[in-house]
Amino acid sequence: MTATLVTFSLVAIWSAMAMYALAFIAFTFDLARRATPDALSVPASVSAAATLEARAAARRGGTAVIERTTSAVDGAMRSTKWIRIAMAFTVIAWVLHVGGTVLRGAAAGRVPWANMFEFSLTATAIVVGVFLLVQFWQDLQFLGAYVTAFTLLLLGVATVNFYVDVVPLPPALQSAWLVIHVFVASLGTGFFALGAGLSIAQLLQADERKNKLRFLSTLPDAVRLENMAYRLIVIGFVFWTFTLIAGAIWAEHAWGRYWGWDTKEVWTFIIWTIFAGYIHARATRGWRGSRSAWLAIIGFVAVIFNFTIVNLFFKGLHAYSGL
Amino acid sequence: MASSRPSDHFDSPAPEPGVAQPKLGFVEYLRFFWRQLTSMRTALFLLLLLAFAAIPGSLVPQTTSDPNGVIQYKEANPDLSKVLDFLQVFDTYSSIWFSAIYLLLFVSLIGCIIPRTKHHLQSLRTKPPKTPARLDRLAGYASTAVAPLGATAAADGIAAAQRQLKRAGYRTRLYETAAPGGATELSVSAERGYLRETGNLVFHAALVGVLVAVGIGGGFSYSGNKVVVEGQSFTNVLSGYDSFNPGRFFSDDALVPYSITVDKFTATYEETNLDAYGQPIDYTVDVTTEVPGEDPEQQTIKVNDPLRISGSSAYLLGNGYAPWITVRDGDGNIAFSQPVAFLPQDANLTSVGVIKVPDALPEQLGLQGFFYPTVCSDDVCGDGALTSVHPDLRDPTLTLQVFTGDLGLDEGVPTNAYALNIDNLTQVAGGDSDAAALLLKVGDSIDLPDGLGSVEFTGVQRFVSLDVHHDPTQFWVLLFAILVLAGLLTGLFVPRRRVWVKAQHGADGTRFEYAGLARGEDPLLETAVGDIARKHSESLGLTTVAAPSASQPIRVPRARS
Ligand code: HEM
Repeated sequence: MTATLVTFSLVAIWSAMAMYALAFIAFTFDLARRATPDALSVPASVSAAATLEARAAARRGGTAVIERTTSAVDGAMRSTKWIRIAMAFTVIAWVLHVGGTVLRGAAAGRVPWANMFEFSLTATAIVVGVFLLVQFWQDLQFLGAYVTAFTLLLLGVATVNFYVDVVPLPPALQSAWLVIHVFVASLGTGFFALGAGLSIAQLLQADERKNKLRFLSTLPDAVRLENMAYRLIVIGFVFWTFTLIAGAIWAEHAWGRYWGWDTKEVWTFIIWTIFAGYIHARATRGWRGSRSAWLAIIGFVAVIFNFTIVNLFFKGLHAYSGL
Repeated sequence: MASSRPSDHFDSPAPEPGVAQPKLGFVEYLRFFWRQLTSMRTALFLLLLLAFAAIPGSLVPQTTSDPNGVIQYKEANPDLSKVLDFLQVFDTYSSIWFSAIYLLLFVSLIGCIIPRTKHHLQSLRTKPPKTPARLDRLAGYASTAVAPLGATAAADGIAAAQRQLKRAGYRTRLYETAAPGGATELSVSAERGYLRETGNLVFHAALVGVLVAVGIGGGFSYSGNKVVVEGQSFTNVLSGYDSFNPGRFFSDDALVPYSITVDKFTATYEETNLDAYGQPIDYTVDVTTEVPGEDPEQQTIKVNDPLRISGSSAYLLGNGYAPWITVRDGDGNIAFSQPVAFLPQDANLTSVGVIKVPDALPEQLGLQGFFYPTVCSDDVCGDGALTSVHPDLRDPTLTLQVFTGDLGLDEGVPTNAYALNIDNLTQVAGGDSDAAALLLKVGDSIDLPDGLGSVEFTGVQRFVSLDVHHDPTQFWVLLFAILVLAGLLTGLFVPRRRVWVKAQHGADGTRFEYAGLARGEDPLLETAVGDIARKHSESLGLTTVAAPSASQPIRVPRARS
């Protein structure tokens, strides 16, 4: 029974990867073919005026004003028909992905995030889930190539390098906190991932030589990207704060102290501090814009580092990769 | 946004360029320094520095969490270790430089919180500010169509707006301002979301709370470890511990002399799943606890489920086997008979242990060897080296080397119970001696050479390694942590905004104007102002018109990029 479920789970995951690959191709086609007749035909002076207005608005502290004055420019954004295909592939891939992850949990008779392989499945499913959900709030489809590439890469590494068979939970992991702490950490990761994607786009957008990448002119401007990134990252930050506290509570139950500077604890703390820095940077004169975008990216790199390098190569109490 | 925020907060007024710096006296220097320390830029710098400074401690083993790792590291890198030792890298998180960074950060934090709290308390008591002369340059600006309204109708409309805003949680105030034509204009100024700043301040103050609670807790806490064999008990007094770590302000009265008797330890290992065969799936200790003045109580301790007792907690951190060994000396007297905890070396609990028999005659005896719960027979595992192949007791086997001589226990120098110093001992069995090492199954007894006596493997018991911790401020740390989270949620997600509704008189009649101003991040401001405008104008039977400055209807549709 377990073996059958494990096989089905793997088949679903491999199929999901195929679909993500197709989605990625379609997303890149979309980016490559994007053209913005309207935006390009807007006389330079007009868009410059709009930017000026946005800056003035930013100084007044009214972010919402920016949205209205720049929407005329953003309105020119043209995605291609490829985006619909790409999103369709992504949704199919995600359904397979979630299915495969749930089957893995069913096979193990517990939540599917108790070792690195399972955690990779769940975390990437959440990243894509957040990506899909966020579309109802903001059109972030232009991040599709980034999200699917990231997911595909991590799923590939997980299935090839991190794979472990279903084994029962060691006593230290038998806790309700496994369910809460790890799941919320993945949620936070999902929001940080999108935030970092937006920050990368922001940096590209702010780059003076941007005319090299044609699709950039179809993206929201740097200020808007920054605002969107901020909103996603603060949500991620709340989840991360919770993860930190929940981890401390769990550590108290399992190891007898709530904080002991174990390597994993250290890196969770470092990440928290970087993003706290990010939030302050956004509020500090001279640090808005590209500098805070870099912090968002560094923060997300630290998240990835914490998950991969720290799990695999650092010694510590969190020896749960299963490898 | 107000002087409450540090002066380099992005929306405080820009510094005036070119102000000549007067010559600074001592007090001015101090003030200057203080202002630098409590600026946003410094907080940001210190935060990033703290993140950076935490890295080395994750690369190099730490004395507190991995003392053996530190010893190994120092052996492997003697030269580098000297430098690292000097830089306190093996104690990164209590090092001078790490402490300096976070203490500076918290001084900066306190220097930031206090003026902001003062300012915030003030603003809580202040009425919303005067309505700006021109609303049409503000966020979400909207207006109704011009209507021939009398002065009372306009006043009623503003009163209705005030009621509506009050119901929506705004603090309001009516203003009468002079209009260009000499007439007066009635308006309501409203503000909401003071909770945002409250949350932010609670958040930052709770961080200080966490730090203080952790600091105090560290001083008054203690932790200790005790290995207890089934059937034996542990008493919570200093001498009852194998190792003990008191905080700086610890005193003996902090120890309530309760006792914990380990009745039984049960380990369950995976039997059916061949991918995980022999992997532990449950550890349970049944204990009887006795607190002075109370009835004994039967309880259990599990890995994620410590025993809470008299303000301290007992955790199950390890377990292993304690072979019961009986040593008879050359005179035939029982010189030693008790279970001895052997320390596990691998997942299948191959364990090493030491037995010291100072009372044996004619000479003291020292034994050291291995215990294998499920020994792998030679013909399967080959090459003569035994190992254990399963953690459960399937074929318990003990191998021992025997030494005689002075064990060095009489000098009063504390010795490690788990190590035998063989420098002054003579080996009589195993190793290079004439006799083979002893190999015993349960019940076996083997005579030692030269009439030194005999060694019997009487039985096997389990032992558990219990950690006892007491941290008087743990509860407070948790409480402040929860406040941190609560403050964060309100500080980040409660919108703070001002909204104005004004009755504007013109030559052709009167109209109502609406506009808002965000204070801090507020993505939904326009929608909110739009909703207020629509609700108010509908209640008055007026229609809203498109905002003249924007080519869009007031009801801003869902933002699309
Ligand atoms: C231990 C050090 C600190 C940490 C971990 C920290 C963390 C944070 C976090 C997470 C936020 C966003 C939460 C909220 O708005 O409620 C925040 C906001 C803020 N912090 Fe701190 N902070 C620290 C020190 C400081 C210091 C020293 C200052 C003053 C110089 C400061 C000033 C502010 C301000 C003004 C905001 C609001 C930002 C905005 O307007 O968006 N913080 N801080």
